[in-house]
Amino acid sequence: MELLVNMVLLTLMAVVVIAIVRLRNLFAVIILSSVYSFLMASVLLVLDAADVATTEAAVGAGISTVLMLAALYLTKTEEMAPSHTPLLPLFVAVVIGAALVYGSVDMPSFGAADTPVNQHVGMQYIDRAMEETGVPNVVSAVLASYRGYDTLGEVVVVFTAGIGVLLLLRRNRREAGAKRGR
Amino acid sequence: MRLDVVLRVVTKLLLPFMVMFGFYIHFHGDYIPGGGFQGGVVIAAAVILYAIMFGLDRATRVLPVVVVEKMVSLGVVIFAGTGVATMLLGGNFLDYDMLAADPVKGQHMGILIIELGVLISVTGTMLAIFYAFAGRGR
Repeated sequence: MELLVNMVLLTLMAVVVIAIVRLRNLFAVIILSSVYSFLMASVLLVLDAADVATTEAAVGAGISTVLMLAALYLTKTEEMAPSHTPLLPLFVAVVIGAALVYGSVDMPSFGAADTPVNQHVGMQYIDRAMEETGVPNVVSAVLASYRGYDTLGEVVVVFTAGIGVLLLLRRNRREAGAKRGR
Repeated sequence: MRLDVVLRVVTKLLLPFMVMFGFYIHFHGDYIPGGGFQGGVVIAAAVILYAIMFGLDRATRVLPVVVVEKMVSLGVVIFAGTGVATMLLGGNFLDYDMLAADPVKGQHMGILIIELGVLISVTGTMLAIFYAFAGRGR
């Protein structure tokens, strides 16, 4: 059943990607990328990663779609026709895709117990998290307690990104206002 | 116009639940999947939905731009400040054991506080970027 759900979702995602590549109307592309995010969120839910699925649905499908639409409002809705043939980009994409597929052949089967991920420090977290932090959700315990520095770094990344975007957008706004005032 | 009324009413009905859900997955992050980041994003999405349905001006009246921009750095200050506080209490940086007499309780508190910092920072950043974008082109 799970396999079937996954196959349907991944097929739909492939269809959406092909549609995105072929379309020239940017509004449709944004809506389709939102659809793609919802499908991705469903896949993550099937993989039991509910917190990542929540984030994907809210950020990928919700907020970034709104931001893309806001950006589209400032520009044209039709993508320009490419000035050269798409053969070279297609070649690069096919080669890199083939390399990635070749690399995945070597990977251990999904969920195997004898992989490094499931043997070393991961087991320690699962064994000791409840006793040491009293937090039943191991993911929260690892993120906030065992690897608090890491999460602090992530928050600083979010902070830096926000400040960067604000500085870029606000400077332009002031310039536009000054021009209008003249 | 008729359709607009339906959307507005549905939005108004939905908003309290969205905000509530955002805080729920923060405060329940210890027990269910989720935490500060997810909670913050859901709350930001609720405010953005309000702004889309009722206009940017009404949204900035609820959460002004100045407040949102302060939230971006306030979250980081809360997170790093918790680390400094645990140092002042005699532990290492971000050693939550110091926050309460019982180490496990201290861990619980510490995780809730820093996740709150994450929530505030994430909500602030998402909304600040949205406000900056939506405020242009007018």
